[in-house]
Amino acid sequence: MKSLEELEEVRQKALDSVKLRKSRAGTRIVVGMATCGIAAGARPVLLSFLDEIKKRNLGDVIVSQTGCMGTCRLEPMVEVYRPGEEKVTYVKMTADKVKRVVTEHIANGHPVIEYTIGSAE
Amino acid sequence: MEFYRSHVLVCGGTGCHSSGSADVMSTFQTELEKNKLEKEVKLVQTGCFGLCAVGPVVIVYPEGAFYSKVKKEDVPRIVSEHLLKGRMVTDLLYHDRVHEDNAVKSLDQVEFYKKQKRMALRNCGLIDPENIKEYIAFDGYQALAKVLTKMTPDETIQVIKASGLRGRGGAGFPTGLKWEFTARAKSDRKYVCCNADEGDPGAFMDRSLLEGDPHSVLEAMAIAGYAVGAGQGYIYVRAEYPIAVKRLGIAIEQARKEDLLGKNIFDTGFDFDIELRLGAGAFVCGEETALMASIEGKRGEPRPRPPFPANRGVFGKPTLLNNVETYANIPQIILKGADWFSSIGTEKSKGTKVFALAGKINNVGLIEVPMGTNLHEVIYEIGGGIKDGKKFKAVQTGGPSGGCLTEKHLDLPIDYDNLTAAGSMMGSGGMIVMDQDDCMVAVARFYLDFTVGESCGKCVPCRIGNKRLLETLTKITEGRGTMEDLSKLKSLGKVIKDTALCGLGQTSPNPVLSTLDNFYDEYVEHVTEKTCRAKQCKAMMSYFINIEACTGCHLCARNCPADAIVGEPRKPHTIIPDKCIKCGMCMSRCKFDAITII
Repeated sequence: MKSLEELEEVRQKALDSVKLRKSRAGTRIVVGMATCGIAAGARPVLLSFLDEIKKRNLGDVIVSQTGCMGTCRLEPMVEVYRPGEEKVTYVKMTADKVKRVVTEHIANGHPVIEYTIGSAE
Repeated sequence: MEFYRSHVLVCGGTGCHSSGSADVMSTFQTELEKNKLEKEVKLVQTGCFGLCAVGPVVIVYPEGAFYSKVKKEDVPRIVSEHLLKGRMVTDLLYHDRVHEDNAVKSLDQVEFYKKQKRMALRNCGLIDPENIKEYIAFDGYQALAKVLTKMTPDETIQVIKASGLRGRGGAGFPTGLKWEFTARAKSDRKYVCCNADEGDPGAFMDRSLLEGDPHSVLEAMAIAGYAVGAGQGYIYVRAEYPIAVKRLGIAIEQARKEDLLGKNIFDTGFDFDIELRLGAGAFVCGEETALMASIEGKRGEPRPRPPFPANRGVFGKPTLLNNVETYANIPQIILKGADWFSSIGTEKSKGTKVFALAGKINNVGLIEVPMGTNLHEVIYEIGGGIKDGKKFKAVQTGGPSGGCLTEKHLDLPIDYDNLTAAGSMMGSGGMIVMDQDDCMVAVARFYLDFTVGESCGKCVPCRIGNKRLLETLTKITEGRGTMEDLSKLKSLGKVIKDTALCGLGQTSPNPVLSTLDNFYDEYVEHVTEKTCRAKQCKAMMSYFINIEACTGCHLCARNCPADAIVGEPRKPHTIIPDKCIKCGMCMSRCKFDAITII
């Protein structure tokens, strides 16, 4: 690289791929992967999230798993934490529903209300 | 771009490598592929995390789960439980991280890391040292860019001076001042060198830095080159560090490929390149003038100064020589400013120091603490106390050039001047902890043995003086010493310190003088009572069969290589002292604990 701008470009790109080792800020997507979740099909949901995030090149996103959240009949469940916002819990997720969640909520900040736990009641 | 939801960092430093981390790494690779996780989980080999006592070490992000003593048999479980299902395997986690209620503490809260401040080691364990992009991600080469485009060479030197950074190789000379001297020298060509010889037995700070973050050294050398007006750098690295040599080679090549080394860096017209020079096993080549002689292809021998290397060094040209750790601090000082650096540490010793904790201590490994941390904190809190609950006796700092610090020094804040005033020195950072089972006379003898072997032989005080010191110490450990020997050790030691040509000779009497000072009683015991209270000086000890415990089974006699045990079957046996070579075979074979050393 021959200029500061080039260095900065490389830095930004590289930072995205190693940031998860340092910062805990940014969006956290937590997929329920207990036995109930796995049985209900959480793994395709997880893979779909990874796919969509990769496609859109979203930075500052952590995808992790968790255990049983209690309401097993509503699995697969996904919780989304965004800095400064309240946690949103999605229920009965499928790989297809993930696409909408990523586009509308993760990328643009509008939770998909009809998929949330509130609407399932 | 691949999106990895999890990173698995496996330590690839020499310490973990020797306890099997390469196997752990390859098993992870197989297991990840078996479970089809290679596109989601990134496997990375990193540098030293510092907790070498519990290696191989594996850290899984984003959780920051710190797995210790990982064997390749544990890997399938970590992959299926943690990576696939998200459940941390708590019984493999470093024990200090798990509370009684099974909650997991964050890594910077455990005793080992709580008081540390990893500045020089910031990237070790965080990045893949064989990938320049990861170094760049965490602000790599930003300091070089800043210096080349926004600062003059003199401004750069002033920042280093203001920071208060002192040489981390052991002598503690103010770095900024050294840079200034070299900058002022007038010549058509100048050189920048890095001392990566690290000869002190038990020291591995520089090794871990070179293996874990080689680019920080390259960047700092380029900055130094700009500041003093040099266009060529040499890293003199000991050949006994093959992993470091390999990683440095890869780093230099990658830097050259990105135009961060070579011609016209950042389009500013500044040229700088670096070459490696391998050492061949001589401790004396860690001494600056001997090192430079070695780079020139000559025998590693020091020479008198003046002229100092800043005026006449490698190939007769002005040369700047700094230690690896000194360089590792430079990029951060440039980026964060002199005030940031000088706000850490004590009044005359700024910043942090990396120490290699070794010996009879629980948390053997690499630590980095702010100057001013006291010995008690280092040994008992960070170090986890003495192994097997034994009693602390002394800690040797500074390797063969240093001295011992004892219990009365435990409250001493660590810095250059305090340690020198206490009769030791900071040295490169090796800290060997000793307990009640270590004989201080034998320790002094061990270090003298080392320096005598490593002496280049050029000057009389070192070549002949140290040899006489060693002979006298050997006499004492073999029970043939006299009180006159003790005063001879002291006076000869002082003469050698005053008259030897280079640092090796000048400091080699330090272990003797320091142990004589702090453990005089032990020396006297060796001389007048011919006993070694730590039971280390075998020549003065005898092996003895307790007639009450001996059953006459004849096992010891059968295994004695010197045929020194006699006795009739089923009757107590005896060891013939004149024949006994004190190998200890009988004691290890006896099933009735009937043999002791007295």
